[in-house]
Amino acid sequence: MSDDAPQDAAARGLTRRALFKGAGAAAAAGAVFRSLDAAAKDDAAAGPPVQGPGKTAVTLQVNGTERKVEAEPRETLLQVLRLPLDLTGAKPVCDRGQCGACTVWLDGEPVYACNVLAVEAEGRKVTTVEGLGAPDDLHAVQDAFVQKDALQCGFCTPGLVMSAAWAVEQHGEDLTEEQAREACAGNLCRCGTYPHVLEAALAAAKHAKKGD
Amino acid sequence: MPRTVTYKVGLVGHDKHKQDVPAVEQDLTVEIHEMDAEPWGREDTFRHVGHEVPRVDGAVKATGAAKYTYDINRPGLLVAGLVYSPHAHADIVSVDAGKAQGMAGVVAVKTFARGSAKYPGKIVAAICAESEQVLADALEAVEVTYKVKPGPAVTEDAMKDDAVVVDPRRKTNVGQPRRGPLVRGKPDDAFEGAEVVVQATYRTPIQTHSCLEPHGCVCEIHADGTATVWASTQATSFFANQQLTSALGLPRNKVRVITQHMGGGFGSKFSALEWDVLCAEFARETKRPVRMMLSRRLEHLVGGNRPDSIQALRLAGSKDGTIAALQGEVWGTSGNSSGGGAGAANFGVYTLPHLSMLQHGVATFSAKGRAFRAPRHPQGFYALESIIERYAYAAGVDALAVRLKNDKHPIRQVQWRIGAERIGWGKNRRKQPGSDKGPVKRGVGCASGRWGAAGRHTVGRNQLVFDVVVDKEGGVAFQNGVQDIGTGTRTVIAIIAAEELGLQPGDIDVRIGDTTYPPGPGSGGSTTAPSIGAAVRNGALRVKESLAGLLALQWGVDEAQLSWKDGVCHGPGDKQASFRSACSLIGEDGLRVQGRRMRNFQSAYGETAGCQFAQVAVDTETGVITVENVVAVHDCGRIIDTMTARSQVNGGVIQGISYALYEEKQTDRNLGDMVNPTFDTYRILGMQDCPPIDVVLTSVVSGYNNTGMMGLGEPATVPTAGAIANAVYNAIGVQVTDLPMTPARVLEALERRQG
Repeated sequence: MSDDAPQDAAARGLTRRALFKGAGAAAAAGAVFRSLDAAAKDDAAAGPPVQGPGKTAVTLQVNGTERKVEAEPRETLLQVLRLPLDLTGAKPVCDRGQCGACTVWLDGEPVYACNVLAVEAEGRKVTTVEGLGAPDDLHAVQDAFVQKDALQCGFCTPGLVMSAAWAVEQHGEDLTEEQAREACAGNLCRCGTYPHVLEAALAAAKHAKKGD
Repeated sequence: MPRTVTYKVGLVGHDKHKQDVPAVEQDLTVEIHEMDAEPWGREDTFRHVGHEVPRVDGAVKATGAAKYTYDINRPGLLVAGLVYSPHAHADIVSVDAGKAQGMAGVVAVKTFARGSAKYPGKIVAAICAESEQVLADALEAVEVTYKVKPGPAVTEDAMKDDAVVVDPRRKTNVGQPRRGPLVRGKPDDAFEGAEVVVQATYRTPIQTHSCLEPHGCVCEIHADGTATVWASTQATSFFANQQLTSALGLPRNKVRVITQHMGGGFGSKFSALEWDVLCAEFARETKRPVRMMLSRRLEHLVGGNRPDSIQALRLAGSKDGTIAALQGEVWGTSGNSSGGGAGAANFGVYTLPHLSMLQHGVATFSAKGRAFRAPRHPQGFYALESIIERYAYAAGVDALAVRLKNDKHPIRQVQWRIGAERIGWGKNRRKQPGSDKGPVKRGVGCASGRWGAAGRHTVGRNQLVFDVVVDKEGGVAFQNGVQDIGTGTRTVIAIIAAEELGLQPGDIDVRIGDTTYPPGPGSGGSTTAPSIGAAVRNGALRVKESLAGLLALQWGVDEAQLSWKDGVCHGPGDKQASFRSACSLIGEDGLRVQGRRMRNFQSAYGETAGCQFAQVAVDTETGVITVENVVAVHDCGRIIDTMTARSQVNGGVIQGISYALYEEKQTDRNLGDMVNPTFDTYRILGMQDCPPIDVVLTSVVSGYNNTGMMGLGEPATVPTAGAIANAVYNAIGVQVTDLPMTPARVLEALERRQG
């Protein structure tokens, strides 16, 4: 689970989460300045706002919809997407940016949602696998994943779909096998779907235009 | 009354049509149950079976709509986590959870401050909290005092005479098989008089399952005195064991287990385990739904693994390539259990007139191994195929010729030839190993695989049955508790049902992964598809019989005059009715029938066959091995869905390459802890490492059940490591005797040759 990196703390002495607590406050500060810009105009005398360590309001643009959540500055985008927002397509697997199962797009660029703080995503466009297409309205890459059987257990699939779809959008019909491999190089799959993922990405690219 | 049926069995062909496949066929006479469908023969043709059918749950998986256990979100959900010992061996002196208990948002705490912890990952405390953040803080606040003791965590240390023993009732960590060594023929005499004798010791690592979804469950006790458990399991019907139900405080018939989708098991996820029981206890105590999923680190530590092996082998044969005898002694650890699960399947496939094999389970201070995709086989076949390769070079006989000479399986005889042609054996096999000029050297190698999984007619003590529900609008639902762990179980059910009923696979409502339905088989031993397939067929037959009964009444004719063909029921004269129009005769409450799985019957070929060929390039300056091509030739009985079958073989090969080149649970020999419990340090194969895989599916009808299906998931990973190791040997002229074949080990092997 994504919350128990501290279990490792007993053995290791230093935790990523402890690091995030500090980093979170720092990163949060930037977001806070932006989001509170308007408020600051009304109250010019207010000192620099400090956010956290408790919950704070964060507004996210998720799949084209504004979503407001209460989150601690240390909470990752992945945690916020999954629990309060119930967008469980992005999966928690490694909790530290090693497997790509939580890949989403932030302002159109693929990121590991477990490596982005929710407050960092404030005001930016978040696209999850649910935002790409639905079972009865598949994105071309999702459809190609189904047609080429680019999925088995399916746990890594949402992440691979986001990486492959990004490659298809970047390169359109010019997408090469090497570019598709490169785009998916940060996504681990244990069932062994890679050959079919490549086929799916290249098949979807055939009918795609750049920036689609 | 059993019926006797004679039908044609044999090799149906394969999915790549570049070569002519030699005809392998025969008549098979079997006795089948009167309720069982007449077996599909070699010459039957199909509309869906054996074609490329996209999996029926593909769209929900590709869009994130599929809900896995980790995704279950219930009103009032609590999250639970674990504190565990990092030590191989320690007494737990105290566990102070006072600070954690006092934190706002911590709902329940359990501590286990007793006895000794005999493996890293032993649970010492469990916490249940309102949020992941509170849980994280609370877990960090638990203070545990250990008295660390010596305890060997790796096999070779545990084998030493003065090693601390895991089980104080035993004198040594090294187990002895109760029946002594396995002996066949007269191995000593065979070695005495042999023309060629080779020997070597092979080592394989501990491999963790590395399922992307960790072990765990969500437990909820409802107000009406029932409970629902969403579990990441390969067996909905076995998950709710006695420990779990007593933790919930409910009889088993009040506990519903649901596994709609499952993020990888590979043999590691069956019955509820320690942490699941704690989850159930929390749900009972807090009266709220609780989720407990393992962390990645804990998953690596205690989620299961393939035991390691040290295999000392000797092989004797003659100069013409005939193998005479194999002798071996094997050690491997399945952790702190007393030896179970270790061992290597390093004989079989080839005719070995004389055999002597002694295998020891070695107890270590580490967490238990678990069944892992073809238990004992990848390690055993790597060593067996490696020692045969040595023998072939020593005897001066082509390695493929040795295999053809000593392998009697009629299907594999064909497969060896298909594979050899596709890898370009004649051209790419180096006659003189290591003879390429320049630093990058290439070679090819091959290895065999085997399995035997015709499925079962029972689930525990119950007969395996599907409930089939048909409504007057023509809706058809097939219901059984069986789970789809990513193998394509849903799709196989849909294809077989659609084939029999003249529908499309997408028309079938497959309701599985839920103990509300009749008990489903556990997904182990590659038996799921062959077990359920025959029951689905029988279910579809019962539907057709019932509909024929309704039509006979409607038409005022005798039921015996009706027959079904391609989804249309034909009566006397030109009377006929489509499946849907027949369904309109069904009453408001629908039609319910059961499809029963009957016993397996005789088979023509016994085990399923398979073999793989690999081509590698080895950089002798850096030691880096690049797998350039793999040809995987497999049969799994009759293939139902060529597409998902190919995925299974890809998966087996990929896990096999990963095992051969990258994966190794590394243990600190002093501290006993795993030093690489993350995905950047425990490397599994990624997209950039993945070679082209040429999958050749030889569909074989061998008997056994009414569909002719056999399992495929496990056999596909059996030959891979051996084929790659033999390709490396062919490329560099020296054998790397340890897996994974890391650059350092390749360079060491090259140095040994030069030194």
